[in-house]
Amino acid sequence: MPMLHTVNKSPFERRTLDTALRHAVKGAAILLIEDGVYAAFDGTVVADKVRAALADHKIYVLGPDVTARGMSEHHVIDGLEVVDYGGFVDLVTEYDKVQSWL
Amino acid sequence: MAEPWEDDELEGPVRKFMYVNRRAPYGTIYALESLEVVLIAAAFEQDVTLVFMDDGVYQIKKEQNTEAIGVKNFSPTYRALEGYDVEKLYVEKESLESRGLTTDDLVVPVQVVNRDQLAELMEEQEVILSF
Repeated sequence: MPMLHTVNKSPFERRTLDTALRHAVKGAAILLIEDGVYAAFDGTVVADKVRAALADHKIYVLGPDVTARGMSEHHVIDGLEVVDYGGFVDLVTEYDKVQSWL
Repeated sequence: MAEPWEDDELEGPVRKFMYVNRRAPYGTIYALESLEVVLIAAAFEQDVTLVFMDDGVYQIKKEQNTEAIGVKNFSPTYRALEGYDVEKLYVEKESLESRGLTTDDLVVPVQVVNRDQLAELMEEQEVILSF
């Protein structure tokens, strides 16, 4: 399995998600955590970019960080998968390595 | 004996303070620190205005539940600001819209202003603190 890229910065404030996507090979996965979860919601100016990235990547979003921020699964863009902390651990073991974009 | 800040004769000048909140609530400490400083200014009966713009609009998003991340949910505190006579809350229209949010998503009543109106409001202040 290729790499798991984690992104923890808001896409409205930093270019971290763009950088991660530019450096992720086809088949690599993206996991949105902390303020990175703001990229996961529909109706925002970044939603189309995230939807487009689904063509090449599985995109996961960490549920506890979603609910902390007043959002819920129904705000999450279709095609993204919400995972809990256990799911985070599973992804880390499933993919060959993890790159944490900070 | 009364403490200096309780002595009415020592009442200082009231200044127009604006707090500009631009960060999301939990990824950094800025939002919480801003709230603390706002409460201090309110305790000194200053003329306080709060602005939420950029990711700062997320600070007042309804239905925050931080139980699973083990961090205190401080969003209910914004509803208590009214009790400290902090009632001038502004949200930048462009920031709300680019995040797919409306005033229905917010925990407190706010006035929505556009960028130009916000720029004018900033010009009217005496002190501006940005978080």
